[in-house]
Amino acid sequence: MKYDKKMGPGKSSDGSSSSKISATLPNSPARSIPSTDADQLVAHLFRHQRARIVASLTRVFGASHLSLAEDVVQDALIKALQQWPFRGIPENPAAWLTLVARNRALDLLRRDASLADKVSELERVLPQTAAPSQSEIDDQLALILMCCHPALSDEWQIALTLKSVCGFSTAEIARGFLTEEKTIAQRLVRAKRRLREKKIAFELPDEAEFSERLAAVMRVIYLLFNEGYGATRGDDLVRPDLCEEAIRLATLLITHERGRVPEVHALLALMMLQAARLPARTQSDGTIALLADQDRTLWDQRLIASGFRHLGLSADGRKITAYHLQAEIAAIHGTAANGVETDWAKVVSLYEQLYELEPTPIVALNRAIALSRWQGPEAAIRSLEGLAKNRALRNYHLLPAVLGELWTQTGDFGRATKAYQKALNCDCTAPERHFLESQLRMVVDRNQIRP
Amino acid sequence: MPNYLFLLHENPAAFAKVSPEEMQAIIQKYAEWKKRMQLAGTVVGGTKLQDGTGRVLRQKRGETTVTDGPYTEGREVIGGIFEVKAENFDAAVEAARECPHIEYGVIEIRMVEVH
Repeated sequence: MKYDKKMGPGKSSDGSSSSKISATLPNSPARSIPSTDADQLVAHLFRHQRARIVASLTRVFGASHLSLAEDVVQDALIKALQQWPFRGIPENPAAWLTLVARNRALDLLRRDASLADKVSELERVLPQTAAPSQSEIDDQLALILMCCHPALSDEWQIALTLKSVCGFSTAEIARGFLTEEKTIAQRLVRAKRRLREKKIAFELPDEAEFSERLAAVMRVIYLLFNEGYGATRGDDLVRPDLCEEAIRLATLLITHERGRVPEVHALLALMMLQAARLPARTQSDGTIALLADQDRTLWDQRLIASGFRHLGLSADGRKITAYHLQAEIAAIHGTAANGVETDWAKVVSLYEQLYELEPTPIVALNRAIALSRWQGPEAAIRSLEGLAKNRALRNYHLLPAVLGELWTQTGDFGRATKAYQKALNCDCTAPERHFLESQLRMVVDRNQIRP
Repeated sequence: MPNYLFLLHENPAAFAKVSPEEMQAIIQKYAEWKKRMQLAGTVVGGTKLQDGTGRVLRQKRGETTVTDGPYTEGREVIGGIFEVKAENFDAAVEAARECPHIEYGVIEIRMVEVH
């Protein structure tokens, strides 16, 4: 980069790019001056306000006009981006965004004589007060239910929920799930088209349908949380953003009377208790900290307390769902002072109950780990023999990774080496790869020491 | 010390790609940047140009035409102008580097002539 040397008075003779502004201008982030409260926006305000206004506008325009509602809100956000740098952040940013979106929506409605009756509906549905009205809460719930409609495939539900309810951009969704942006864009187009074709209405379903629809929403929330909690590929082990959104969505369900059911409390408990451990999941150098090695002082005690509150609310004696069981397991971990004091027998029993509801490999693996803590590694290895033979799990890195750990505990470093090598042949995230490589080096060394 | 203008060029098509979360981050950075600049006594003025309106006059063979514009389909438009004090272009460039506009648009720096 070359600067013009003919700079007139005050040119720097060495042509260097040192800062020569009248007072010291801090260039490095470490010296940036903190903003006052007036300059701060509440975290995720744009995303959340976007979701709120999109929901209300979809109520007015109709479900088939979801894209229009999103465009109107996007325009309002862009206006903010263009104007606030000059005018400063307004005192009530949410109200500013709402007003601009409202005006734009009114413009659109007024151009079409057939939509004249919707003008008053718009004014009623999008008030400018800060606290959400009951109708806004209804609309947000209706929007989530719509995005998780069974007419849409799982992938479409997740993409649409993240876009329309959580305010993620297509690029952000693609990054979160390690797919291509155009794949996500296609899913969104197809999902919205399906909603139009099936004439899905923007309304809360009646009693009969409600619990089934709610179950679909909970599944999407759970998938979202899992993706954030234990990312499957890429450079990040966890994506707290996604976990936060999942918890926020479930909390939104709870604010609505019809969403305030034991299963949702169980799901919230489970997510909060696990999310509480997130700050300790990665060590300062980005590598994984196993549960046994986590610095428990880093766990978020406030989240743990909230988790327990919801766990209490989830127990109404009727049925036990997988969410209940997982929440209980998370609760046991959340209260144990360390790995030794954990009631592993109880954890194993909970995993067995969970396995009956959901006989999946991940549950079997978690049961095995708990079993090894309770009865030793040999028992755990035996419990995994069936799984180890399952060809469908060829590319599942966690299975050989866990076996590697178990064999290491028995002292059989030869088998441990083979297991870790197998694990490294599978797909996994960069931090996991790093961890597996260091485990492999360790067992190879130990194997060579033995005569 | 001379004054420099930062002409902020933007193409609203670029906004389509920016997510709500990213927009908020940019606005936050702007607030912080302006605060730093104000404390340093660097910023002299800022002018926001109204988006989506304008007129363009051209003369051809003696005839002046007036059109609405500049419009933005696929083209860059000046969205606003900051005026800053700086000792030289190097210093002005350093200040502009941290202006968040650079994340989605182009910053043109011109020196204000002093007679």
